Amino acid sequence: MKVITATASTVDEAIQSALNELGVSRDRVEIDILDHGKKGFLGIFGNKPAVVKVTVVPHPIEETETFLKNVIEKMGIKATIEKVENDKEVLFSITGEKIGLLIGKHGQTLNSLQLLAQLVANRYTQDYINITVDAENYRTRRKEVLTQLAEKLAEKAIKTKREVKLEPLPAYERKVIHAALANNGQVKTFSVGTEPHRYIVIAPMHERMSR
Amino acid sequence: MKALIETIVRALVDYPEDVVVTESSDESTITYVLSVHEGDIGKVIGKQGRTIHAIRTVVYAAASDQPKRVVVQVKDKG
Repeated sequence: MKVITATASTVDEAIQSALNELGVSRDRVEIDILDHGKKGFLGIFGNKPAVVKVTVVPHPIEETETFLKNVIEKMGIKATIEKVENDKEVLFSITGEKIGLLIGKHGQTLNSLQLLAQLVANRYTQDYINITVDAENYRTRRKEVLTQLAEKLAEKAIKTKREVKLEPLPAYERKVIHAALANNGQVKTFSVGTEPHRYIVIAPMHERMSR
Repeated sequence: MKALIETIVRALVDYPEDVVVTESSDESTITYVLSVHEGDIGKVIGKQGRTIHAIRTVVYAAASDQPKRVVVQVKDKG
């Protein structure tokens, strides 16, 4: 966090000079007036300058963007990040070289980056911000794969009249499976276990549950 | 790799200036020991180790072209 103190003959001037030095606008800082200053007698005797302390308030989304940029660069990957903001939902899309490295097996590296980005974003805000990190449309492709998998396993559950357990998946991937089968009248889906090993069970509708 | 770990961890903690990463290696393994302010230890480990797991995953991905095994440890207080 950047903090500077500035001194000038009036409070306003001191604030302005601090803002100039920091290169930010007034709505992005917190201002502490340490000394209002005194004009002094005839402007000669006993005049005291005004002193202000100006602190740049971190902007959660910008901090997160900088964080992702730095981390990706230090991973030795050349990439560009695009950002789409929608109220409390922010999507960062990464494109560039060696993106496979950034996605990892089953997206585990991408998910880890997303988790860290989420932590950075919510360090600086009271309102919860939801961060999604995507690379080369991985999330969209993954959604298609999960939807197909859900349909295939639902058929299996119906055919065998048995519950089908899936591998543990992160919450937003489980959500895709639940959503894919929400309108399937022949099966129901629920999650079992605790994070990070929580997994989905697809159960045929007309079977007595033995959980 | 040291710089990568420092970049990630400094963004997560309350005392970024206390983040120190030391590197040591033998024939097969490079070990990075991460030392943070006492009050930040929980932050870098996270609930059920989620955060440190994510840090490790990112570091291992970046180290995948490395012939040696890479280990990231959090230094205990004391």
